[in-house]
Amino acid sequence: MKEQLQKDFNNIVKNLSLSKKDIEIKQFYLDNFINKGFPNRREEDWKFSDLKQIIKKDIGELSFYSDYTYTNKIDTSVFVDGLEHNKIVFINGRIEKIDFDYEQKNKIEIIDQSESINKLNNNSLSDLNNAFTNKSFKILVKKGYQLAKPLIIYHITNSQIWSKNINLRLEFELGENSSLRLIDLFNDSSEKNFLNIFYNFNLKENAVLKNYKVDRFDNKNIKYSFNNIDQDKNSISETFVLSAGSNFFKNEINCNLNGKYSSAFVNGIFSLNNSKHHEIRTIINHLTENTKSYQLIKSVLEDSSKAAYQGKIFVNSEAQKTDGYQLSKAILLNKDSEFNAKPELEIYADDVKCSHGSASGSLNEDSIFYLMSRGLNYLQSRELLINGFLLDVVEKITDTEIKNLIKNLIGIKE
Amino acid sequence: MDNRQKEIENLKDYKYGFSTDIENIRAPKGLNEDVIKFISKIKKEPKWMLEFRLKAFERFKLLKEPDWQKPKYPKIDYQDLYYYSAPKSMDDKPKSLDELDPKLLETYKKLGIPLQEQARLNGIAVDAVFDSVSVATTFREELSKLGIIFCPISEAIQNHPELVKKYLGSVIPTTDHFFATLNSAVFTDGSFAYIPEGIKCPMELSTYFRINASNTGQFERTLIVADKGSYVSYLEGCTAPMRDENQLHAANVELIALDDAEIKYSTVQNWYPGDKDGKGGIYNFVTKRGLCKGRNSKISWTQVETGSAITWKYPSCILKGDNSVGEFYSIAITNNHQKADTGTKMIHLGKNTKSKIISKGISAGFSDMTYRGLVDISPKASNSNNYTQCDSLLMGNKCGAHTVPYIKNKNSESNIAHEATTSKISEEQLHYCQQRGLNAEEAVGLIVNGFCKEVLQQLPMEFAVEAQKLVGISLEGSVG
Repeated sequence: MKEQLQKDFNNIVKNLSLSKKDIEIKQFYLDNFINKGFPNRREEDWKFSDLKQIIKKDIGELSFYSDYTYTNKIDTSVFVDGLEHNKIVFINGRIEKIDFDYEQKNKIEIIDQSESINKLNNNSLSDLNNAFTNKSFKILVKKGYQLAKPLIIYHITNSQIWSKNINLRLEFELGENSSLRLIDLFNDSSEKNFLNIFYNFNLKENAVLKNYKVDRFDNKNIKYSFNNIDQDKNSISETFVLSAGSNFFKNEINCNLNGKYSSAFVNGIFSLNNSKHHEIRTIINHLTENTKSYQLIKSVLEDSSKAAYQGKIFVNSEAQKTDGYQLSKAILLNKDSEFNAKPELEIYADDVKCSHGSASGSLNEDSIFYLMSRGLNYLQSRELLINGFLLDVVEKITDTEIKNLIKNLIGIKE
Repeated sequence: MDNRQKEIENLKDYKYGFSTDIENIRAPKGLNEDVIKFISKIKKEPKWMLEFRLKAFERFKLLKEPDWQKPKYPKIDYQDLYYYSAPKSMDDKPKSLDELDPKLLETYKKLGIPLQEQARLNGIAVDAVFDSVSVATTFREELSKLGIIFCPISEAIQNHPELVKKYLGSVIPTTDHFFATLNSAVFTDGSFAYIPEGIKCPMELSTYFRINASNTGQFERTLIVADKGSYVSYLEGCTAPMRDENQLHAANVELIALDDAEIKYSTVQNWYPGDKDGKGGIYNFVTKRGLCKGRNSKISWTQVETGSAITWKYPSCILKGDNSVGEFYSIAITNNHQKADTGTKMIHLGKNTKSKIISKGISAGFSDMTYRGLVDISPKASNSNNYTQCDSLLMGNKCGAHTVPYIKNKNSESNIAHEATTSKISEEQLHYCQQRGLNAEEAVGLIVNGFCKEVLQQLPMEFAVEAQKLVGISLEGSVG
């Protein structure tokens, strides 16, 4: 893999007009990655999902070279109907379109910062991302501006790529009193690629971020996504993850509650079948007084699918009056399905209220009996129970428009 | 403060901190094959036992000391320890208690463990282990009438080799982790208990561990086998003198329960925790593992952990037999600079297996406490159940309380439920108690005892009273 990496890297660098210093920095991160390799189960954070093995098994040899010199045609049929929205379109990792048609132009600034480096995470995937990301933008929402329409980021891949590694990175800054609703929509018609995505959010005082990550459509790709969210005083972040479509998907959310009265909400659904293997890992850092976090993760696992949830609440000694809550529940529908959890509390302050709960098991036979005795057949009863189980999480979505969109996508009827 | 006063102050903190001035025989310092051969020879062990030790030592040389735990400690120089230390008077083993060195009797009397049987009214059989050897075992005759074997493990190796050979290392193999393997190579003494088929042991069996000599690691090994349909309740207590250097205690405890058998294992651990500034104290790195080998068997661990500078242990249950049950009840209290990383592992292999974990952690002062646990339900363990509850109580914002549970469910017919909370003593509760005339310290004591009650009531009566007192003492000075 080592020679391949260096060769692909040289090819990419050749096509880009980069400064010498920039190439050196990229080379530094490439060397880091070559040293560390893909994360494996020997690393505590990857205990439940051995990415090295998964890539080896599902993809085999990865190619890191992408030709970003020509444009891809955008297939507009994939756009969401019935919801007016702003768009960012990635096709096969290349950014094809940024469009804020519904917004006041002077309130949003788009800054090209391809030469910057992300230092948020020191795992090897961040090194890989720094070495290979070719274009990266910062989207700045100015003070006091609340976007009229949500922003949908389309992550589209098509059959032109195969066994490729795609890296992308975006940064968002939300000024004081601003707000952004952001949907990540994954739409793949490619197979066996590895997507490596890094987002960084910076929320100033009173800013509100709502991020919905929707991986709904079946595909054979492997994905990793890392969200870092820094929060100032009174800011709110809401993250929702629907983890269902890809062969493998690991979502990491790292939230730093830096300002007083800031709060973070993370909700997620795993709805998996076949031999899919997904993971959500959250770290909520309560770093000052009076901060709040709430997490709810529910899983429905069929066939030989596997889900893992690692959630950590960290409270440092200054963060008195912290309120932290975390709950994960899983229904295992098949004897081959598996659910692993590591809900973790690390607490250094005494005046806090922190708790977590985790439960996993089969569908409740009594409930099935109750429904069947009222005339439903087995499958209907099962569906009704599962719907109800998942609806609980969907109902946590605070935006009605988006809630309905997601309900439609999952096929939950009320 | 003059010396006398200082001494009194210290004794208030840790009343078992005295040391006994007694002549010792020691193995040469350091760890090598010769020391292992020395231990084996002085114990008059058969050849197979020496081979067992050497095999473990071979393995040990390949292992690296683990470093993933939360409490970090300075590197231990394993060559700078004595691996065998025994009171000289034990050289020719005394036939009866009357021949025992009076100094030893005095020591145990001070510890509240009178070895003279006539002084013992509550009928607990005691095996007392002083540094590396067992000095006395009481009530042996009475027990042997029922066919129960309760003796030091070094005696069992000679007198009951067939049992020891069969079970020793069957739960903690010589190829286990670093400290367990070290123990397999150099263990010196400990208790052995065998309860024959269908016998319900009429009294509590108990071992009392005492580290006396300085620079000595204590490596005891306990093996308890409960044959079909039998029952035994076993207690373990430990203390050590106050010394400025840290001492290592790396014991192995193996429990085996056959069909329909039940073992109840209780520990009140009160090793010297170090002084107020975190100087000295015992490193308590213990491997405890129980195997529910037979159908319908049950193993229950109860622990009250108040001592040691660092406690690092996970008493575990392997639920191999169908319908077997594992339980873990724990109170861990850390104060001053103490650190604890403790919890349990419940490994469900058989069908219809059940496990229950209740863990209560209290941290005060500058201490740090971690609950770390594993619940693993394997694909074959259909219809299994686990319930886990771990609560932590924090006193002050200089201490830490952490919960790190690993939960693995690979069977769709099995259920796992886990709950954890962390909080402080609520102002309302304190206010309520103080309003009724208790001072702040008493109020905290009362609330903490209530917090621990679920675990305390699992302990045998005599122990429960002692443990309750210990909970109070351990937290003294942490309020206000």
